[in-house]
Amino acid sequence: MSMIEVRDVSMRFNMAKERVDNLKEYFIKRVKGTLKFEEFYALTDVSLTVEKGDVYGLVGLNGSGKSTLLKIVAGVLKPSSGTAVVRGTIAPLIELGAGFDMDLTARENIYLNGAVLGLEPAFIDAKFDEIVDFSELRNFLDVPLKNYSSGMVARIAFAIATVTKPDILIADEILSVGDFLFQKKCEQRMRELMSGGTTVLIVSHSIDQIERLCNRVAWLDHGHIRMDGPVEEVCAAYKSLGQSAGEGAGA
Amino acid sequence: MVEKVKPYVKDFWRYRHLLNNLISRDIKVKYRRSALGMLWSVLNPLLMMLVMYVVFSQIFRMTQMNRGDVEVNFAVYLLTGQLMYNFFSEATQTAMSSVLSAAPLIKKVYIPKYIFPLEKVAFSFVNMIFSLIALILVMVFTRTPVHATVLLFWVPMVILFVFNFGVGLILAAGTVFFRDIMHLYGVAVTALMYLTPIMYDVSILPDWARAVIPFNPMYWFVSMFRDFVIYGEFPGINAWIGTCMSALVALVLGLALFKKSQDRFVLYI
Repeated sequence: MSMIEVRDVSMRFNMAKERVDNLKEYFIKRVKGTLKFEEFYALTDVSLTVEKGDVYGLVGLNGSGKSTLLKIVAGVLKPSSGTAVVRGTIAPLIELGAGFDMDLTARENIYLNGAVLGLEPAFIDAKFDEIVDFSELRNFLDVPLKNYSSGMVARIAFAIATVTKPDILIADEILSVGDFLFQKKCEQRMRELMSGGTTVLIVSHSIDQIERLCNRVAWLDHGHIRMDGPVEEVCAAYKSLGQSAGEGAGA
Repeated sequence: MVEKVKPYVKDFWRYRHLLNNLISRDIKVKYRRSALGMLWSVLNPLLMMLVMYVVFSQIFRMTQMNRGDVEVNFAVYLLTGQLMYNFFSEATQTAMSSVLSAAPLIKKVYIPKYIFPLEKVAFSFVNMIFSLIALILVMVFTRTPVHATVLLFWVPMVILFVFNFGVGLILAAGTVFFRDIMHLYGVAVTALMYLTPIMYDVSILPDWARAVIPFNPMYWFVSMFRDFVIYGEFPGINAWIGTCMSALVALVLGLALFKKSQDRFVLYI
């Protein structure tokens, strides 16, 4: 059964040549007919099917539309055309710690962030120790988050986001946080989730990581899907891009 | 109809804890590092009222706001009006910027977006309940007689909650696209405050102002609250129409506008 079905999705952004966000300017420009936008397609007719249990990687250069596609799947953005159907619960790890309040303590933030992800307080109560143990920050639980380092914030965030067994995990470059030991631990946790049947959609600039974790990969290039298939094939093709670019620069 | 509403109810049910959490966050953040903490919620309206009471009783020589043979202390009159109006102004002004300030969240996670204005209105409601304690203290202190109708004090509050939510939705959606609304609305709230009989009685107004005042929804909310709490009267049909209709119109308009524009929020915040 397919868990994520993206069909003919296009995402258009109106890039205002000059930002108009006050009424006076808006009406003046409107009347004069000089309200101009430059259209920019972040995605054009992208179709993608992720089957249950897949670990699907997205690769591509900066600005190729990877994050836009993740946000559409996560329901944060609505596509300009096309449909994105998602079956099951989503744990979005698009940016760790979105929804944290820096004035609150870690303990309070665990409950707040849990609620952001739609978790029941009773469930967090039950899993509280597990979250704290995973983040290894028990001594700092009652410290306001503004006194945390960014690595510490990321630890707490990752621990909360993966404490559920979501049907779908969406991850954008999150494994690059924390020290190398914690990164290992995160990867271990991801593997546990995958073996438990969670479908994963992941964006990473680390080809090694994609090759280690994923079974299928899509290569995005300027908003189009350039290649889509088993991990070895696509990664090999994507890597050859680097080689030819390197040769081109050398020649 | 039922089928259409069902997914919204389910969505809301899933995120009800978020609503609780956001409200308790606001309360915690508001009183963090203050020695008196929550006590300020009661103390603040009391002190504010004291200032206004001194100004109006000493400078403008107002001490009684009687109606018929019911004697009403000016302090009680003032505080009842302030209670309702402050709920309105705080709820709508915080709801107005709620979507903007939730930008980091809205850009990263799917959350039903009306949660943010709703939370601000609910938080202001909680604040009003604290102010209610201040009102009770003043009523006891001034030996204000209570009537059976006082038990219905919550009715105008609940209708005002709906009204505030509707207005909050309109403002929150509008502010995302045009930040001017923020500056404009601050002025509007002040103007409306003077058009609401909080510190004066309608009878002192010139004719033109008396003709205008029925179009101010807050006039009806304040007078309905006073009817119940201090005058011991059941509000007339006009007050019911004034409050319920404005709440209904604001809610329907707010929901429609918010729903229509919410998918574009993320592009503008």
